[in-house]
Parts: sequence; structure tokens; C-alpha cells
Amino acid sequence: MFESLTQRLSNAFSFFKDKKEITPDNIDEALGQVRTALLEADVHFKVAREFTDRVKSRVLGAEKLAGVEPGQQFVHACHKELVDLMGPEGAELAFAKSGPTVILMAGLQGAGKTTTCGKLAKLLRERFKKRPLLVAADVKRPAAVDQLKVLGARLSLPVFHAAGLAAPEVCARGVEEAKKSGADVVILDTAGRLHVDEEMMAEVAEIARRCSPHAQLLVVDAMTGQDAVRSAQAFHERLQLTGVILTKLDGDARGGAALSIKQVTSRPILFVGTGEKLEDLDPFHPERMAGRILGMGDVVGLVETAASKISEDEARASYEKMVLGEFTLEDMLAQLRMIKRLGPMKKVLGMLPGVGSMVENLDVDDRKLVRMEALFTSMTPKERLHPELLDMSRRRRIARGSGQEVDAVNELLKGFKGMKQMMKEMNRLGLGAKLGADAKKQALREMSPTGELAAGSSGGGGLLGGLGALGSGLGSLGSGIGGLFGGGSKSQPSLEDLRSMMGGGPRPVGSSPQRRVESKKDKKARRKRGRR
Amino acid sequence: MGLFDRLKERLKKTREAISDGISGLFRGGRPIDQALFDELEELLYTSDLGAVAGEVCAELARAHKRGEVKGEDDVRRLLRELLLQRLGPARGEPTFDAKPTVILVVGVNGSGKTTSIAKLAHRFQKQGKSVLLGACDTFRAAAAEQLEIWASRNRAAIVRGPEGADPASVAFDAVDQAATRGVDVVLLDTAGRLHTAKNLMAEITKVQRVIAKRLPGAPHEVWLVLDGTNGQNAIQQAKEFTAALAVTGLVVAKLDGTARGGALFGIQKALNLPVRYLGTGEQLELLEPFEPEAFVDAIVKPTLEAAR
Repeated sequence: MFESLTQRLSNAFSFFKDKKEITPDNIDEALGQVRTALLEADVHFKVAREFTDRVKSRVLGAEKLAGVEPGQQFVHACHKELVDLMGPEGAELAFAKSGPTVILMAGLQGAGKTTTCGKLAKLLRERFKKRPLLVAADVKRPAAVDQLKVLGARLSLPVFHAAGLAAPEVCARGVEEAKKSGADVVILDTAGRLHVDEEMMAEVAEIARRCSPHAQLLVVDAMTGQDAVRSAQAFHERLQLTGVILTKLDGDARGGAALSIKQVTSRPILFVGTGEKLEDLDPFHPERMAGRILGMGDVVGLVETAASKISEDEARASYEKMVLGEFTLEDMLAQLRMIKRLGPMKKVLGMLPGVGSMVENLDVDDRKLVRMEALFTSMTPKERLHPELLDMSRRRRIARGSGQEVDAVNELLKGFKGMKQMMKEMNRLGLGAKLGADAKKQALREMSPTGELAAGSSGGGGLLGGLGALGSGLGSLGSGIGGLFGGGSKSQPSLEDLRSMMGGGPRPVGSSPQRRVESKKDKKARRKRGRR
Repeated sequence: MGLFDRLKERLKKTREAISDGISGLFRGGRPIDQALFDELEELLYTSDLGAVAGEVCAELARAHKRGEVKGEDDVRRLLRELLLQRLGPARGEPTFDAKPTVILVVGVNGSGKTTSIAKLAHRFQKQGKSVLLGACDTFRAAAAEQLEIWASRNRAAIVRGPEGADPASVAFDAVDQAATRGVDVVLLDTAGRLHTAKNLMAEITKVQRVIAKRLPGAPHEVWLVLDGTNGQNAIQQAKEFTAALAVTGLVVAKLDGTARGGALFGIQKALNLPVRYLGTGEQLELLEPFEPEAFVDAIVKPTLEAAR
């Protein structure tokens, strides 16, 4: 029933397959597909229409680039337009020059304001070295004050509340309290309110008047439907919104509301909530959100996570071994452990382009990773270095040692073989089989594994290189592990998918054009990051 | 005030969008043509009717070609018919055959579970039943306190466990106490969970299983609370929850004030789950049993001001 946007896009894409160029006549059908897809992603009706109009004029107005197929050009235009609409990249909270920065949080009931207050306080303390004070001004919902107090206690942060007073008064006193206690950020948690509730909207306006907040943030549930536009508009009329926080993005909502809200308020989306834990609040990246709405994955996010959890040397060593064909079970175990550090498998796989939509149907069970690790650790180091030693008798022993069936051992070895085979192929396509080991190592150093990325970064040996290497390692491990997940369900990423997904080496012939668009995007994003 | 009038009042925004919108379309004696149906589709779409908007308008256009639609009244009449077809029969309130009747209430974070439970408790008590609340949301900070405050306002019994306790054990205790004390209805509040979180969905399945251990046949009802302001994702939510649990009905919360009553149609179409109640406001009384006719009339029938 829910035909994904990705599906629609590839329909639009294949529509241009045997067309030489995009013309006003043949573009409309493709645009229709995109519009339907946007509507299914809860983008507002009008915004979706405007969007397709703009893509149309962008595509038709653009010069025809040599070597760029119409389909590519079309998808690229959609992505670019989305990014433009949701930008700017890297919008940040503005802090007050003197005195405490007052942040007002407003939104509908159940959007996630109180939880987000806790997350924001944690983020401001950890990344900006602030001393936040939380103010519990939701006097409406039973136990909302208790909820914030519990969150404050968990974070060891002060929570201010004055029982029996009206919300504006509580907020005003909270700001005073911050000045006295030396807190440099005050976060005002207000009651959820419907945008049509005149009395409540007046209350929040009154809070804004009394406390003159430096930041007025609208907290919006990513699952919100068509009404997002109206509620955002109403809040924007009563408050001077400075930004938006999008919550519950860890679900499978495409988050089309983000696009609508950005469009009507023209205020940047600052943060996104991505999980139930207090650390699950991330800065917003229009590139990634565009990728999500279009179902293109989040490679940048993956690389960032990887950067924080895996050292460059580790990644490089693993990649070199793969390329040099020295890859053993020992290395596979090391990779497995690296991946485990990145977080839940589903989240990791979901960040890979093209896999995102597949993961939705993929039954990813992280315990399988644990079981796999048990298999590895039931082998002797010698066995891990020389997998060819593993005869039936040894396999049975390993199965017993890990409390599993022999089949599991066989599966693992099959996955390992598959990976080796794939690496061989990669080698053939990539670095040239004729080069000796030293030459290959040299080539590796000079080239960032993603090919293009090194251009703007600090030479070939920079961090990006290492990360790209990791990307390729992940890709192949994905397939190795993938083989063990769910026993060959159709929704699994295929070898081909994973291979073209990998960063390493020149892309194999026949990687999908959508990916190429993707890589351009990445290149730009990373260049930008490189400059910063 | 009858149900129709109350709904009309509470669904004012949806009605304004659809019913008054239709009046607007025909203003100035405009002839019926494809452009008009396109505008009607947009109007229905922005009320979150989803794919239903397109279908209904296509049928209207076909009927128009057959010469069955001549004016505004015909459009309304046929629209009402088409929408009613898509809602299915009313399911009514639970029969409370079992004692205690155990109702497990589930949903994503922030959909309005706890508030809906308070309203349901209030409603059942007014019908003369004794109610016990089970605070099985042991995850969110102060969730049990929130339910406890509602319980004391309702003068209902409550069973709660410590924060971080196994929700299944709290559910077991609640059902156990209700059975020994001879309570009529048990309403079990659970932690909000995104339908994509596998382990949390497994947790709720366990709750269902454990309840059945204490009281065979229970839970007698599993109600999924949907946030009325959610868009197409509500359908995904309903799908995942029905896959994990034997969901017997929907409670659609926060329908007041928003123009989005239309989401009900898409949900009905995709899942064929009966809507049991609509939450239409913050006060305890503002919970209406769902009656398709009254609902459709409330959003399609012309208002006096607009008709003039």
C-alpha cells in the first residue's frame, strides 16, 4: 500500500531511461510521481505542488550537461531543490550576549516538548559548556512538572518550579532564578496547546512577552500530517519563532512535515530527536533530511558516527587487509566489533544509501551479532587466521562452544567466503591485480577510498580516507552479516547493492546512477566539512 | 445537546475545512467541471483524507459524467454516501461480558494514551462500573504520577510499580487485584513506543501474554490510540501494532481543533479496524463513541452561516 518515495523516484527515473533529454512534455508524468510520493510523506498539498513546479523550472532551465543522463539530472534536481528548501545547513542556536539565554519551547500536546527540554539541556551542557536551568511551566498536564524534575535529576541539572502560579509567572521567576544562580541558559517547558485554543495561545504569547526569550522554538512531531502547516503558522503568528525541533524521527515517518513547516515559517530546523534516550538529539542537516525524504540514506551521518566510535588506524588497517586480499576471520571479527560499537544494526544499515527503505522490512536482530561473535570467539586464534583448517570436527566443536548449530558455523564461513570473493572482484575492478602489495599500499595512501573525497581534504592519508575505508568495510561486512540475517529474505540488500554502496576504489561498472548523484552530494558535503 | 451537535461543535475545524470549503467552491453559481473536482480533492487532501480524497473525487467526476451530479446538494449527498461507505459499521461500546473486562491501551509516544484512559475511566464510571487503572508505563519519567493524578480525580483505584519495573508484572498485578476485588473494568496504560522499535513491540506482546496467564481470555480489548494530528504514518503505526497485538479497536485522540478528522478514512481503508472513540478536547467528558453517520454529517453537512 505504502509505495515508498524511493520506489516512485526510481519509477520517475526509469521513465527517462530511453529519453534523450527532458522536455516539458515528458517531465510531467515524472513530476506526478514525485508529487504523489511527497504527499505520501505528509508534505503539505500546496508545498508539494510548489515543489514540483520549482523542480520543473530547475530541470528545464538547466543547461544540458554532457554525460549526464536525463534521469540522473531529474533526481539530482529533486534532491537539490529539497536541500535548498530545507536549508540552511548548520543553523545554530543564538546565545544572548549578556545574561542568561532564554529558550522558550512550545508546541502541540504530545509533540515531545518535555523530553526534548531534557535532551536540549544535556546537549547544551555537553557541546556548548553551558549551565542550563530547566523551568517547569507546564501547569496543565498532570505530573508534567514531576516529569521534568525526574529528567533534571537524571541529568543532575536544576529544575525550577513555583507551585500554584500561572505559567507566565513561573517562567518570569525562572528567569530571575537563573540570573541569581548563575545559570547561563534557561529552558522554559510550556504546556502542549492546540493552535486554535485562543486562551492557551494567549498564554504562550504572554510568556514570550514577559520573558523575551532569545530563542522561541516550535517542537513538532515528525509524524504530523497535513495540519502541520496550519499549526506552525498559528504558532508563528503568536510567537516570533526562531527555529524548529523535529521529534520522533527514529520512527519510519518520512518527515515531510519538516518541509512544510520550513516553508511556512521560513525558520530553520535546528535539531532532530532520534531516540528515547537523553542523548538522542542531533543537529539538523538538510542534506540528510532530503536524503531521508527521498529515501537516499545518510552516508554523512554514518561517517560521523563512525568517526566518533572508530579510530582511523583501525579502519585503515582493516581496509588495507581487504584490498590486499589478506582478509581473515580474525579481521572479520574485528570489523564485527567495530560495527557493534556504531549502535543498533538497523540504525547503521538504515544510513546506507539505498538500504534505508530495505531495512524497513528487514528483520534485523542485534542479538545475531552477539551470536556471531560467540562463533568467532569459540574458534582458536589459529583457526581465525587459517579458516581453511575448519573441518567438520572443528566446526562441530565451535558450534558446541558457542551453543549453536553447525549450520550457524557454516553460514558464517559462507558469508566470509562471499566477502573474500567480493573483495577479489573489487580488486580486479579497482586497484588493478597486477600491482604488487607495496604499490597497492602506496596507491591506497594516495587515493581516498571514495575516490573523489580526497580532493578537498588534507592529502590522501587524512581522516576522510580512513573513514571511507571504513565505509567499504561496512559495506562488505554488511553483506557478510546480511547473509546471516533472516535467511535470504527478498528484502535483503543484494551483493550488487552493497558493492556499489561501498566507497572503496573506482565504482564498479553498472552501479546505479542514483548513487552517482549521491556521491556528488557527499563530495560537496564533505568538502564543506573539510573547510570548517 | 445530541451527539451530532456535539461532534459538529468539536469538529468545527474539520467541518469548516470540508463543508464550508464546498460551499466556497460553488459560490457564484459556478458550473461543475473537472477543475472543481480538482479543487475539492485538494480540500479533502488537506484534511488528511489521503488516497481516499483522490478516489472519492474520481467517483464524483464519473457520477457527474453520468449526469447524476447536477449541483452542490448532489455533491454533498454523494460525498456523504461515499465517505460513509468507507467507514464501515459502528462497533459501539464494549459489552463488558467478562468481569473484570481488561482493556490494554497502546500507542506511539505522545499519542494521548494516558489522557484517553482518564476519559475512558470517567465514562465507564458514569455508566456505573468500577474501574481500576494499571500504570504499566514504567519507562517515561513521571508517567505513573500522571495516571495517579487522573485516578484520584476520577476516584479510581490504581496499581503501579516502581519506575523501570517490568510492565508485564505491573499488568499482572493490576489484573490480579481487579479479579480478587471484583472490579468491573481494568484499563492498562502502557509506555509509548514507536512501532519501529522491535524490542519494545516484543515487550508489549509479552504484556498481552502475561495478562492472559492471570486471566484466560484477557485482555478482552486492545485499543490503539492514534494521534489525530498524525499524517499518513498513522497507517504504518496501526499496521505494526496489529501485527504485534490483537488490536480490537482504535481511539483517535486530539481531533478537536484540527482540520484533520479525515485521517480516519485512510485508516479504515488500510486496516478495517473499528474506531471506538474520538477524543475531542482536554476535559474528561470530551470523549465520544464513534458513530460513522454522525461523524460524516458533522463534517459534510452545510452550516447555516455558510448556506446563507
